Amino acid sequence: MNLFVVRLIAQRIALGLLLLLAVSVLIFVGTQLLPGDVAQSILGQSATPEAVDNLRRELGLDQPAWVRYFDWLGGMLQGDLGTALSNRQDIGQSLWGRVGNTLFLAFWTALVAVPLAILLGLVAVRYQSRWPDKVISGSTLTAISLPEFFIGYLMIYVFAVQFGWFPSVSTVHSSMSLGERLHAIALPAATLTLVILAHMMRMTRAAILNVMQSPYIETAELKGLRSFRIIARHAFPNAIAPVVNVVMLNLAFLIVGVVVVEVIFVYPGMGQYLIDHVSKRDVPVVQAVGLIFAAVYIGLNMLADIIAILCNPRLRHPK
Amino acid sequence: MADTLLDIRNLKIEATTYPPGEPPQDITIVEGINLTLERGKVMGLIGESGAGKSTIGLSPAGYGRGGVRLTGGEVLINGRDVLKEGPAGLRNLRGKAVCYVAQSAAAAFNPAQKLMEQVIETTLLHKLAKRPEAEARAVELFRQLGLPDPEHFGDRYPHQVSGGQLQRAMTAMALCPQPDLIIFDEPTTALDVTTQIDVLAAIKHAIKTTGVGALYITHDLAVVAQVADDIMVLRHGKMVELGSAQQIIAEPKEAYTQALVSVRSIEHSAKAPTETPLLSVDNISAAYSNNAQNVLNSINLALSPGQTLAVVGESGSGKSTLARVITGLLPPNQGQILFDGQPLPAALKARDKETLRELQMIYQMADVAMNPRHTVGTIIGRPLTFYFGLSGKVRHQRVLELLEETELDASYIDRYPAELSGGQKQRVCIARALAANPKLIICDEVTSALDPLVADGILKLLLRLQARENVAYLFITHDLATVKAIADSIAVMHQGNVVRYGTRSEVLSPPFDDYTQTLLASVPQMKIGWLEEAIQTRSTT
Amino acid sequence: MSKFSTLLKQLPVTAFVGLLLTTTFIIMAVFAPWLAPYSMSESVGEMWLGPSADFWLGTDNLGRDLLSRLIYGARTTMTIAALATALAFSLGSILGILAAVYGGWVDQLISRGVDILMSIPTLIFALVILSVMPSTILMLILIMGVLDSTRVFRISRAVAVDINVMDFVEAARLRGEGKRWIIFREILPNALTPLVAELGLRFIFAVLFLSSLSFLGLGVQPPEADWGSMVRENRQGIVFGVPAALIPAGAIALLAISVNLVADWILRRTTDLKGGRSG
Repeated sequence: MNLFVVRLIAQRIALGLLLLLAVSVLIFVGTQLLPGDVAQSILGQSATPEAVDNLRRELGLDQPAWVRYFDWLGGMLQGDLGTALSNRQDIGQSLWGRVGNTLFLAFWTALVAVPLAILLGLVAVRYQSRWPDKVISGSTLTAISLPEFFIGYLMIYVFAVQFGWFPSVSTVHSSMSLGERLHAIALPAATLTLVILAHMMRMTRAAILNVMQSPYIETAELKGLRSFRIIARHAFPNAIAPVVNVVMLNLAFLIVGVVVVEVIFVYPGMGQYLIDHVSKRDVPVVQAVGLIFAAVYIGLNMLADIIAILCNPRLRHPK
Repeated sequence: MADTLLDIRNLKIEATTYPPGEPPQDITIVEGINLTLERGKVMGLIGESGAGKSTIGLSPAGYGRGGVRLTGGEVLINGRDVLKEGPAGLRNLRGKAVCYVAQSAAAAFNPAQKLMEQVIETTLLHKLAKRPEAEARAVELFRQLGLPDPEHFGDRYPHQVSGGQLQRAMTAMALCPQPDLIIFDEPTTALDVTTQIDVLAAIKHAIKTTGVGALYITHDLAVVAQVADDIMVLRHGKMVELGSAQQIIAEPKEAYTQALVSVRSIEHSAKAPTETPLLSVDNISAAYSNNAQNVLNSINLALSPGQTLAVVGESGSGKSTLARVITGLLPPNQGQILFDGQPLPAALKARDKETLRELQMIYQMADVAMNPRHTVGTIIGRPLTFYFGLSGKVRHQRVLELLEETELDASYIDRYPAELSGGQKQRVCIARALAANPKLIICDEVTSALDPLVADGILKLLLRLQARENVAYLFITHDLATVKAIADSIAVMHQGNVVRYGTRSEVLSPPFDDYTQTLLASVPQMKIGWLEEAIQTRSTT
Repeated sequence: MSKFSTLLKQLPVTAFVGLLLTTTFIIMAVFAPWLAPYSMSESVGEMWLGPSADFWLGTDNLGRDLLSRLIYGARTTMTIAALATALAFSLGSILGILAAVYGGWVDQLISRGVDILMSIPTLIFALVILSVMPSTILMLILIMGVLDSTRVFRISRAVAVDINVMDFVEAARLRGEGKRWIIFREILPNALTPLVAELGLRFIFAVLFLSSLSFLGLGVQPPEADWGSMVRENRQGIVFGVPAALIPAGAIALLAISVNLVADWILRRTTDLKGGRSG
């Protein structure tokens, strides 16, 4: 590790934080676009002017927008996510358990999908232009065209309703054992895997093919090395960075895919919570959850860049 | 033949092309090649692009690049036919009996591994030596090839050393397993001339001391004449002539070989500068951004109407930057340029249409200098409309005249650039510049991407047009042979400075400054023994 | 005619199937009132009937004819997706090429703005906006169009930057050509091929995105219906073994696959013609 790399990484982290700040402004401004009065729309047309005024003061709507923004941001930074409008409950309390559930689902999906995608990507490269590659490429074309709810409901229809192997509704709660939980999330995890697998496989294939076409691979071939050694010693070290990048981008994609899949399987996660409150026009909840989603997304993208910096021999060993 | 190393008999090489919308077609790219090489000898393979020289050169390794197939004949190494070997046999051959040195060593080394690991990899893999012994051998080779700090050179990564050094390191990598045959594929083509001569000398020395046999592939006859015992001239995948290096250079039999040998022997009598110059560059300095270091330092030059000023230098000398300053793409931070007696506005936007018309430009890569979506007629016709307002029949007629002047067929008017050969594309670019009826044309390496014979044709055309249209050329090039052929005056540039400037005879006759001396001495000459002489003179001065 | 027949002969089976299905969907959308056997909103039978001679695809959760709703839904889904794609394309490609040609602070301003927009996942951002804005069709088109234009911007800027530094554009600048000629005659004709191939992919994205929003109940609102909201209406049936929700979901998948097949073919054809070089 040298100073140059440390500085590059510090710059990347600073950029990520700056982006997050800009995004928080964007989300805040985006939720201020509401035509009319928030307090009025919460209480309905029949509310007395006094009641509306009271609520306005309670919500801080009598303050200018920038004061409210810094209040909100300050709260977020201290872990205070605010109070939901719809049920007057602390958002943090209802959210943290759901964040855990979402991460649980995402973690097990990634654990299956990432190795599978890399393996299939490698198979596609190894048998380039032959039938395994064609089958893999053809099925990715189909898989990226399938909406999550088609895969999800098809799975429920076949595996939950017809065969009865798994529950159609993925309820998890704290008293369940790990095995029971895994059984409950089998179908949503499988759906999410299918959703991101195709993308990840296709991009992995492209990244490895790109490396395999480099002149130094020809050099290795003309050295009389075995295919395995060529891949292990000459292709793999150069393919780590692009493949890790692919994985990170797809994990970011996974976080978004979670929203729809949670709704399909009525899974008590963050996505489900967000959707419920979007329909209720519960702005504080949408702001908080939106910011958490964006933070995870920015964080994963940042991690991808940092790993790429760490894997680059030109940066690790400067002249 | 006492000790035959390589014996190629009646070699045939095919490839499959996939024309759009048609079934795939098999085409023959090399046919009827016969060649024998004795142990310790060097055979040069020479030809223009598309001659099949690299394809033939790789056949002793049993390797076809990009779907090329070795389909007929025999390639015997030490009596064993490479074409009959299975994968295991080929692996045992490659990196042990036959090694390869690529044109671009920078791309041919794995960027993620230290040089030493890569240099000794095959030696260890084929169990030719133990690690300490292999490393000692590599260090010895680094020393032999003149690499700096040979003891620790191998600890570096490829991006940490220069292009010339990488090329030598690749030669060391090929020599390390002590093979019988090394294939050199244009090993010095990507290098500057002053670097090329050192690498060439190092390669020649290494070949002589180790006694390895070699196939040396290049498009440059003068280069191959320095290292090869025998030379095979190739064209369109067939052999034209085979002989000793001496015979090919001194008494070529075939017309094609004669043309290759006599290339760049254009005669042109230099004109003396006139009283009032067309272009005068006064005290120009420039940098790419405000606080960056200057890439041009106080440049002073003048060019007379209807004459040619050649600006010559290696990569990084600032010669192309000078062209950008004159065209207005890069405003200078000091000095001014006079064009036809008037100060030329520094920025492109400030120049009027008439000034723009009088100053035209021709580029190195003709295929990216023309919009692929425009026909030849549009490409040449646009300046006519833009500057002179021509349209319809008048414009069509003028385009036809310009095609004729540049020796192109009238039928080309409806073609797209992709349908033309390299030389034809460059002619269209010349016609486009002429269409503006300019006083000055800046020629930026216009022949560098072309094969020597095609380049010669372009140079002759430019000279003829100059005589007829009285147009001046600012000719930017790295190639001294071109300079000698066409220049009236010459400026030699080095690291952003003009180190020598004057008429052609002044610049090219002694006494020389150090850099011009080195540069002139580094240009390969079409004679046997030039390399030794050049190295000799360099070490004495 | 002969040109057409040779084109047809060269057409790979996959592209042919893709073209055929895409055309079918477009015909469905255009001639919906003439093709649909029943009205879109009228209950014509029991809820969740299976396929029969009267109702080819059965009925939905309110006893409406599924086939008729599917045909009308094609209209809604494809119109909104097409308009959003058109908006995304005009906005994205114009800004992208302008950013590339002008460079400097214009480029910085647009590019950094797009960076910020793209650092929020599209769906999440749409949800944030829809939490305060009404889900009208116009609003959906605007949100989808603007958010997706960031992708088009990235691509068209990258393509245009590549072309902008080519010698032929420099030659046009040195000749004294204005921005209009450079954008419309030099850059645009060369940028069009990669952008057209992207058009198909963006349309698929718009279809899937709209369907997701409608499925979540935040897209097209009743009484209007698109395929996504049809999935939502009938999803309860799945648990009882009624596959009605799978029919509109399958239609979305089929449309996406067929457009993908066509886009894939166009992409390959154009790269073939230019010897593997696009741009």
